[in-house]
Amino acid sequence: MSAEANIRTLTIDGADISARADQTILEAAREHNIAIPTLCHLEGLSEVGACRLCLVEVKGARRLLPACVTRVEEGMEVTTHSAKIDRYRQMILELFFAERNHVCSVCVANGNCELQNLALELGMTHVEIPYQYPQLPVDASHPRFTVDHNRCVLCTRCVRVCSEIEGANTWGVMGRGAQSLVITDLKEPWGESETCTSCGKCVQVCPTGALFEKGRAGTRTAKHPEFLPYLRIMREGDQP
Amino acid sequence: MSRTIVIDPVTRLEGHGKITLKLDDAGIVQDAMFHVTQLRGFEKFCEGRPFYEMPNITARICGICPVSHLVASSKACDAILAVQIPPVAANLRKVLNLAQLVQSHALSFFYLSSPDLLLGMDAPPEERSILHLAHSHPSIAADGVALRQFGQRIIEIMAGKRIHPGWTIPGGVNEPLSAEKRDRILGMIPLAVAAIQRTLGWFRKEIEKFSAEIEVFANFPTLFMGLIDDRGLAEYYNGALRVIDSEGNIIAGELDPAHYASFLGEEVEPFTYMKFPYYKPLGYPGGAYRVGPLARLNLAGRCDTPLADAEWREFRATSARPLLSSFHYHQARLIEMLHATEKIEALLADKGILDKHVRAIASVNNSEGVGVAEAPRGTLIHHYKVDENGLIRWVNLVIATGHNNAAMNRGILQAARHYVQGEHIAEGMLNRVEAVVRTFDPCLSCSTHAMGQMPLTVELRAPDGSLVREVRRG
Repeated sequence: MSAEANIRTLTIDGADISARADQTILEAAREHNIAIPTLCHLEGLSEVGACRLCLVEVKGARRLLPACVTRVEEGMEVTTHSAKIDRYRQMILELFFAERNHVCSVCVANGNCELQNLALELGMTHVEIPYQYPQLPVDASHPRFTVDHNRCVLCTRCVRVCSEIEGANTWGVMGRGAQSLVITDLKEPWGESETCTSCGKCVQVCPTGALFEKGRAGTRTAKHPEFLPYLRIMREGDQP
Repeated sequence: MSRTIVIDPVTRLEGHGKITLKLDDAGIVQDAMFHVTQLRGFEKFCEGRPFYEMPNITARICGICPVSHLVASSKACDAILAVQIPPVAANLRKVLNLAQLVQSHALSFFYLSSPDLLLGMDAPPEERSILHLAHSHPSIAADGVALRQFGQRIIEIMAGKRIHPGWTIPGGVNEPLSAEKRDRILGMIPLAVAAIQRTLGWFRKEIEKFSAEIEVFANFPTLFMGLIDDRGLAEYYNGALRVIDSEGNIIAGELDPAHYASFLGEEVEPFTYMKFPYYKPLGYPGGAYRVGPLARLNLAGRCDTPLADAEWREFRATSARPLLSSFHYHQARLIEMLHATEKIEALLADKGILDKHVRAIASVNNSEGVGVAEAPRGTLIHHYKVDENGLIRWVNLVIATGHNNAAMNRGILQAARHYVQGEHIAEGMLNRVEAVVRTFDPCLSCSTHAMGQMPLTVELRAPDGSLVREVRRG
């Protein structure tokens, strides 16, 4: 197949764009500096379409589609911002805040939190949905790291990085819906996990203060997930 | 009013105040109660949190004195880590704590109390504010704003932001001080010292007009408690607790703050959420004591900086025994501001203050930790118990305002007996009762938006408990 045959042309927000056939709407948009908010997406990890913040309108589709897992198609007409999309994204964001206990003022991630940044970007001024205030555990059994489920948004970045990059498969998800929890091994205390290599990648990719380094609360420590694409490229280079 | 529910844990502090006066058949005030009607719940909802979050969480108790909580909490966490933090970290915390003292005292003295002092207790309520002072006494108001700014700027320069900075952490502080930051702070000191000295100058003259108030503003014998260093001088960060009686006798010289529970008890009264700490050997209420600026200057050998020491000598020379009227808290506050400013300069002048080793790193080595420091309003105690992973299991906070609770209540009764006659409540009386509370600078005032006055309710009740009259403000 020729290179040309792999190219698709489409419009995003009225702009004519060409993209490779294996690219998603999100990838094509970001290549052309068109902003689409995301939370579960992280460059270097597989896509799961969990957070739904990247919903876009595609002409002809009856519902909004997640840009991170929808491939570009020839002649596609994509809208990334409209009153309807903004309303949906706002609602999704409010659901995140209402679902668990996100208290920015005393959070280790305050100032370096992707959820907080999204609230600012999307202009969330308040949460109309009643807060659920679930009573969720904090696991501080690991010598270096802590998981606070109160701040988890179930993006599964930790699960993916542990599986896809570190290869340890320590993290998993248990339960269903809002009751889901990320767990280490078979829900053993993190400090007792036999598979965890203590590499800390999960902490670095966590978008909120759910996973953090001990003793750093209140110090506004930034996370550094940017190592991921490099790691991935280097590992792919090692393949026979 | 319901008097049947006692809620424990009681944490509180800021919030709204209420005073109840009980009169007998002849219209004489029999009892007075100062109610703190807000429950904060910090001691309870911190349970389950990692201990190293405590400085940040407890700093949110107060927007005026977050640094005091940061410091006491960090010290409690140091004890859980079982580390001796690097000396420079301790000194940086001291600077921050003293800057906090200056800005808080400036707020109390200038914003909240100086309208009473300059315009008189009977001035129209609408004039008793810092905004009015900006017109009537512009240079004094400017000094007040400048001194508050001085303290807040130091906190901002060192810790990143003025309110609720997160810079003080278990084991030390988050980053070393740069020479540039140090020099910026040192550059601000001469103007601050001049402003405090100007203020002491006019205050000494004004105080002569208040001899009647001095007599009845919580003017009675109590114990006094505060930290002292190993030379017996005023100390705000480390040291031992000293307790003196109203004659100036040292009844406990060097109490270990970590063992506060062995010599301090906390009594609960049904009419307020604020607990009543007392000195255990003397029981309750006989063991009531006062803390804060007046207590510290009463019990310390001196301040330990030249200008403040001169002021301290003059202040203490006015009485052969400790100064007992809480009205003197005002002057004590000014002297402490001078001392704190001089002390900040001395600490920053030390070359070691730029040392880069500012944090001791350790994990949980103790299941329990107590942190004690002098907050602007007095001795602040944080006490935590943690599980093996460092998750908080139990919290007790003994807050400066609480230590003064018994004295505030008695002070209100004393002033009310003097000023309240029969059923008539004049505005000036209301303001004087309020001003008694204000001398203690309780943290209740922090959370109110009113300047110069608290949202205060005074209820006048007949012997049968029926409400005779209620006066509200705020």
